[in-house]
Amino acid sequence: MNSAENNSVCSNEIDASCRVPLLALFGGAALWLVLGLALGIAAMLSFHKPDMFADCPFLSFGHAQAAANDLLLYGFAIPAALGVTLWIFARLSQSPLALPIVPVVAANLWHVGVLVGTVSILLGFSTGHPWLEYPRGASVLLFAAFMLIAVSAVTTMGFRLNRELYPSHWFLFAALLWFVWSYGTANLFLVCNHPPRGVVQAVIGWWLTNNLIFVWLALAGVGIAFYFLPKIAGKPLASSGYALFGFLTLVFFGTWVGIPQSAPVPAWLPTVSAFGALLSVIPVFALGIIARKTVWGAKVPCFGGPFCFIRFGMLSFIAANLFYISEFCPRASRVLDFTWFNAGVTQWQLLGFAGMILCGAIYEILPRVMDRELPFAKLAKLNFFLFAGGTLLFVIPLLIGGVEQGMKLRDANIPFADASAVALKFLRISTTGQLLVLLGALCLLLNIFVMTLQWKLGLLKTVVGVVKDSLVEGSAYRPLPGDKSACATLQRDEEVKP
Amino acid sequence: MKTGFCVFLAAFVALGASWFGFVYGPLKQLGVATETKVLQSDDKWPVQRTGDATLGLQVYRANGCAACHTEQIRQTGAANELSLMNLGVHQATDLKDFIASLLGTVPELMNFSNAVAGNLAGWKGELPKLIYSGADDTVVLLLGDKLKAVGVKTEARVVATGADIARMGWGVRQSVAVDYLYDSPVQLGNLRAGPDLANIGVRSPDLNWQLQHLYAPKSITPNSTMPAFRYLFTVKKIGAIPSPDALKLPLTQQPNEFTPPPGYEIVPTAEAKQLAAYLVSLKNNAPLYEAPFTPITAAK
Ligand code: HEC
Repeated sequence: MNSAENNSVCSNEIDASCRVPLLALFGGAALWLVLGLALGIAAMLSFHKPDMFADCPFLSFGHAQAAANDLLLYGFAIPAALGVTLWIFARLSQSPLALPIVPVVAANLWHVGVLVGTVSILLGFSTGHPWLEYPRGASVLLFAAFMLIAVSAVTTMGFRLNRELYPSHWFLFAALLWFVWSYGTANLFLVCNHPPRGVVQAVIGWWLTNNLIFVWLALAGVGIAFYFLPKIAGKPLASSGYALFGFLTLVFFGTWVGIPQSAPVPAWLPTVSAFGALLSVIPVFALGIIARKTVWGAKVPCFGGPFCFIRFGMLSFIAANLFYISEFCPRASRVLDFTWFNAGVTQWQLLGFAGMILCGAIYEILPRVMDRELPFAKLAKLNFFLFAGGTLLFVIPLLIGGVEQGMKLRDANIPFADASAVALKFLRISTTGQLLVLLGALCLLLNIFVMTLQWKLGLLKTVVGVVKDSLVEGSAYRPLPGDKSACATLQRDEEVKP
Repeated sequence: MKTGFCVFLAAFVALGASWFGFVYGPLKQLGVATETKVLQSDDKWPVQRTGDATLGLQVYRANGCAACHTEQIRQTGAANELSLMNLGVHQATDLKDFIASLLGTVPELMNFSNAVAGNLAGWKGELPKLIYSGADDTVVLLLGDKLKAVGVKTEARVVATGADIARMGWGVRQSVAVDYLYDSPVQLGNLRAGPDLANIGVRSPDLNWQLQHLYAPKSITPNSTMPAFRYLFTVKKIGAIPSPDALKLPLTQQPNEFTPPPGYEIVPTAEAKQLAAYLVSLKNNAPLYEAPFTPITAAK
């Protein structure tokens, strides 16, 4: 392929190369999202009617809650983010995806891993380490799949013509390394035959949790937002210099958060974390402000479109992470630790921030890679409102209820039961929010599912057509949609470079 | 950030640093920890679990009890306490006057006169009587000596403070790293939907209580929101010889919702028995160098 040809590579071809891998990643992710939310609701039912699952071990709170959380992170957020990463890297490189078969295989491995992990937790084979509950078999699958996708992503990134990296590159590339290292380390130490003795296990667990829930989600989410926001707003990113500052402070400070202040470990560990948390305020604000400045004044019709998703996601990024950081403030932690507050913040990070941005990105990408409109565009808009309203209704009661519960737990004269009871009424509202989010997720699943179906039917028709033609005319080849030679001149969007 | 290598380097250094701090460091510092000694005793801590209790931790893990229960006690500080144990030949009223005069004349004690007088107000001579509790140990030592000189027995104690400790039975000191030495996986938990269990073995040492609570929490705490773990039990027809393990449900006049149908008994599975054994093995009652308190009388 000579360079002239290379330049004429059009977006259509890039999109077509991403089609199958992205469908595999997004389709599974949407399915896991729905299942994860449904399982989460089932788990919360234990609080509304405690004995509901007294005879059914699989759905008891301890089982369902862990499985639901893992489905949101490993089932939904990570594969969806990987899919978006692949597409962004291909777009930024102006080149079709490298080794497109690899991510397809990897996506299937990944989903099998999630399936095995979830079933294992429900059957009681969880490892017992928060956010690392998947037993060895499942985590090996996840790790291998991630590596494969990372190889494809990095190779695609290497195809770029312009040596200079775009800010999204830094974030998304770092996210690849981040997961491999932290997930690999944690599994190597904790999910092995000879885990370290005692409370070190918990420390490694906290390190992993923070590096996934805070740093990894931030890297992936912000990296994706920094790609789409300038495009949608039609303006360059408000200074890649600031973005660099935000990136570096995020990776250097963010990774030190995570050890709870009350942890029964030598005092230096929580103290370092408190400092890390304090300093992490800087990247959270910096990255938030960059996003704000980028879209400032841009007149984008938004009503429920991808822009709405991503904007809401970035607002959640600031809010949820500031609440997260507050958990590590020694004074606040005395109230907040061991309450529903932490769970609320995590769900906000997962759904309100990462989930929102990922859904927005999926709705933006899908019509392009499939080369057809969304089958239910209205449902996509509804998805936004259900997600936005649902997450807030889901998490804010948890935060408020958590603070009230914490205040009561701090006072030894208030019976324990009263402290739990106060949280209970908030949990009821919260579950309603969870239900709305689930409905939103169903909109996403339906869109992806029907789109896949339509595409498969289209393929079938073409194949049948080709076979028929060759039978009738004896002639051979007719380009499939998305085939290189069918590449249209239409260039849907120019890359907005800083 | 011009090249991928720069990004790689930045991320590598950043994550590598925290890896050294939060993975390698603790492995070196805590991973080699061994059991310690209980203060003022030759006993070792923590006590290694045996048999059923060891297996019980795995049942606890498998059922995700840590989703609702923590196993860690927090403490905000420590206080020195002085209590009157025996008045000797004295009467409560003259002892009060004597203490008041000490507080008024001994310069080191003057600062604490209000605190001590407040504790003694309305005291009619019941023993033991706490007369001082606070961060300072001068009062405790000095006042203790002065009272000893006149034949009054006092007890000085170091106690942990904080809401967790003040909740009766939750534990007498904060949890420290060494407590978890023999736990794998360590089940710290991060939500207190239910009470902390670090000291449940001291609070409710009865196996049958634990089993009954697991089978039907509401039969013990009427408005409990803990889910019943009935799947850890089997309801069996009573055979020729009733099962020795069968739950001894408290005798009630009328059968209630928890009692099995007549002729049936509730038999805990092996898992339930292991879990109960694990629960009663959870204790937080030994004074350690890292978390000292005075467990036994140290009367002057
Ligand atoms: C859905 C949350 C939840 C789960 C899951 C849960 N518990 Fe509880 N637990 C509670 C609540 C709430 C209480 C307080 C009310 C009571 O005593 O029944 C409690 C109380 C207890 C108590 C008595 C504590 C005391 O101070 O008297 C023990 C022991 C206990 N749980 C053990 C367990 C074990 C073992 C498991 C796992 C098999 C478990 N719990 C799972 C919520 C839960």
